[in-house]
Amino acid sequence: MSKPRKQIHLAAHFPGVNNTTVWSDPAAGSHIEFSSFAHLARTAERAKFDFLFLAEGLRLREQGGKIYDLDVVGRPDTFTVLSALAAVTERLGLTGTINSTFNEPYEVARQFASLDHLSDGRAAWNVVTSWDAFTGENFRRGGFLPQEERYSRAKEFLATANELFDSWRGDEIVADQEGGTFLRDAKAGAFVHQGRHFDIEGQFNVPSSPQGRPVIFQAGDSEEGREFAAAGADAIFSRYATLTEGQAFYTDVKGRLARYGRTPDQLLILPAATFVLGDTDAEAEELAREVRRQQVSGATALKHLEFVWNRDLSAYDPEGPLPDIDPDLGEHTLARGRAQVRMYRDPLATAREWRERAAANKWSIRDLVIETGNRQAFVGSPATVAHTIDELVQADASDGFILVPHITPGGLDVFADTVVPLLQERGVFRTEYEGTTLRDHLGLALPSAQETSASSVGSAVRGERAAS
Amino acid sequence: MSSASPALPSSESESASAPSHLHLAVALDGAGWHPAAWREPVARPRDLLTAGYWTDLVTEAERGLLDFVTIEDALGLQSSHFTEPDGRTDQVRGRLDAVLIAARVAPLTSHIGLLPTVVATHTEPFHISKAIATLDYVSTGRAGVRVQVSVRRSDAAHFGRRTLPSFSIEDLGSPEVRELTVDLFDEAADYVEAVRRLWDSWEDDAEIRDVATGRFIDRDKLHYIDFEGEHFSVKGPSITPRPPQGQPLVGALAHDTVTGAPFRLLGRSADLGFVTPHDAGQARVIVASVRAEQDAAGRTGEPLHLFGDLVVLLDDDPAEAAARKERLDALAGYPYTSDARIFTGTPAQLADLLEELSQAGLTGFRLRPAVAGHDLPAITRGLVPELQRRGVFRHAYEADTLRGLLGLERPANRYAAAAPDAAAATA
Repeated sequence: MSKPRKQIHLAAHFPGVNNTTVWSDPAAGSHIEFSSFAHLARTAERAKFDFLFLAEGLRLREQGGKIYDLDVVGRPDTFTVLSALAAVTERLGLTGTINSTFNEPYEVARQFASLDHLSDGRAAWNVVTSWDAFTGENFRRGGFLPQEERYSRAKEFLATANELFDSWRGDEIVADQEGGTFLRDAKAGAFVHQGRHFDIEGQFNVPSSPQGRPVIFQAGDSEEGREFAAAGADAIFSRYATLTEGQAFYTDVKGRLARYGRTPDQLLILPAATFVLGDTDAEAEELAREVRRQQVSGATALKHLEFVWNRDLSAYDPEGPLPDIDPDLGEHTLARGRAQVRMYRDPLATAREWRERAAANKWSIRDLVIETGNRQAFVGSPATVAHTIDELVQADASDGFILVPHITPGGLDVFADTVVPLLQERGVFRTEYEGTTLRDHLGLALPSAQETSASSVGSAVRGERAAS
Repeated sequence: MSSASPALPSSESESASAPSHLHLAVALDGAGWHPAAWREPVARPRDLLTAGYWTDLVTEAERGLLDFVTIEDALGLQSSHFTEPDGRTDQVRGRLDAVLIAARVAPLTSHIGLLPTVVATHTEPFHISKAIATLDYVSTGRAGVRVQVSVRRSDAAHFGRRTLPSFSIEDLGSPEVRELTVDLFDEAADYVEAVRRLWDSWEDDAEIRDVATGRFIDRDKLHYIDFEGEHFSVKGPSITPRPPQGQPLVGALAHDTVTGAPFRLLGRSADLGFVTPHDAGQARVIVASVRAEQDAAGRTGEPLHLFGDLVVLLDDDPAEAAARKERLDALAGYPYTSDARIFTGTPAQLADLLEELSQAGLTGFRLRPAVAGHDLPAITRGLVPELQRRGVFRHAYEADTLRGLLGLERPANRYAAAAPDAAAATA
């Protein structure tokens, strides 16, 4: 082989509030108790994973004007859980999803800088945006942001947070007990930001943390989201875990980097991936079918059909045929607090296609939802799954995967015990952590070393620190 | 009269710990409360931003069987000026987020309560509610929160959402500043109300995992809180289920001011009030004032622990403690003063003072170690054994939750319907 094999990056996604998570399984534990988070984190660290990933949603989902009750509901606070996890792990990266719409840069920057200090350099921030007035009802400003401005605010939010992270150079604290000088510079942490969304100034009160800035993730798939990632993210949490879709996304996003003076290795593509393992491929296939039926009960199938139909379908029998009536094409008001309803851009066409497929295959509503829903990304024996993951990464469909177990908290255990050793044998996954920070694990330089912009005041000094 | 019954009137508090028992907490802030604390050889000024430093402090407090620690915080650099940065370079500047420190320490401790400071003026009640609920989960029932307002013009400029005036401590009596502080404290009371409703927005048994019907929750047991206040409104419910203690404890530091707003906050919203009497006479007046506010808020008889705050410098020889204060003052370049009484002396002398003050109606004390590395161990290894000898402090932790340590019952959920069985039985 002429080209060296790429090293794979792996992460653990704490099972979330989609129907992917099978709460009805006897093995399913609490999704709130800290012991569940500690279990998953310890498994991930035992397996030398790069990081653990927490998602977030700031309003409980509703459908038909009622709180949605068929999936896992509720989650603890992201920062608090990650900081507590720093106490029970030593090397594992800690990635939190934090919204740029219903927060303020000063507060979020000090929370991430604090997390980075308290974890010795393991913090990462998945920057997400929202705009809906539905979520805004829980916050001081309400639904203040038009949809088209959400990335404008996110961009300025991240830029402002970076100014705060960079406002301490790293050498200000001398703490000379004899001489009585604590700070070298009275203006440490000084910043001024005047922009469309933020007009703030003063002094940041968290001195620079081990990683300088947290590692930045981006998760949106839109044109704007991709551009946002190319401009300023270190990694993308994407949704394309198959060969062709993965390669198309990978090529597209990495191709955008040059315009920002960045190289392809400065942005990692890490798709979410579900998995089902069995002793044999056939056994895993059988198990995967069972899991998909667990994930889509009759009641869940009807609710998912409503995402497209935008109508109350509770009168229909999930074991019967699809509705004859067409979707309501008005503004989608039935399911709130869900991004996936926006995936169906042409509900009439989707409904027509689904009716035809259901009729041709004699599928009930539930069969249809199971069959059209996402199949698990990796299904097979440990050898098959290890091979598949390696091939996808080597073929540039991704740089690794964020694995989403369907059982909390033990769903990653078998993967850690069976697939990871095979990847290590292939020489494509670490057998020990080589560094201490998440940037080390991901092969990312300190922010200073990446900066090409001469306008950044902190870059020269940071560069010195990074080089020393 | 509530002011005539100093201890908690509720019977459960007295059964959980003997009435003579004191409750003890320490307030943690950087290297200690004296501005020159970091200069002492025992201080670790280069470790203030590390997990190890905070773990050591809280573990030491837990070794001394203390009820809880509070952790100071602010949304701006430390400053000796009331509303502005002071530009000083000879004192500790820079800190970590207190909620994250508490969470980082929680899994490494097992009994001590954790009360990080939160600034109500610039933060979101929705975020803080779930953060403290989660601190309660990661500490399995040991969380509280110390709520603070910020009058600093410079902190407000970090957020850009409101403009506050510049003023000095001498201006506190001016009409503008009085109006501002009343507004900020009343907003904090609204904030606590929203946070408390969010903690109750899930009933304890809302998660049902009913496989037969496919329902994970009984959504009738989740509640919109529909809080509407002058400064914000919050819909709810929380994204985080009701925490182990039901309601984590809410504390606030309050001084006797002309507006009465700080004591009103205690009366309306707090489980724990931190007050700053300099002698037993002042303590009586303060206790009576707070109880009057509690009555005015319709909370007569409900648990509200009042803790006396004291800055402490402890040594086995009283002259050494006084000399240490002088030495620190000389290093700082000015005599350190505080809103709280500054005590210098021996652990036995402090025990005398605490017993005397407790007669005035305080149920406990929040001690502010002048030098964390010196005075915290002096509390846990000197004061605590002295109080134990006198029979007024615990010899072992008697409960696993902060409510348990303070003799407070787990409260009923304000949204839970009266038990239908009971209602049916009486119908």
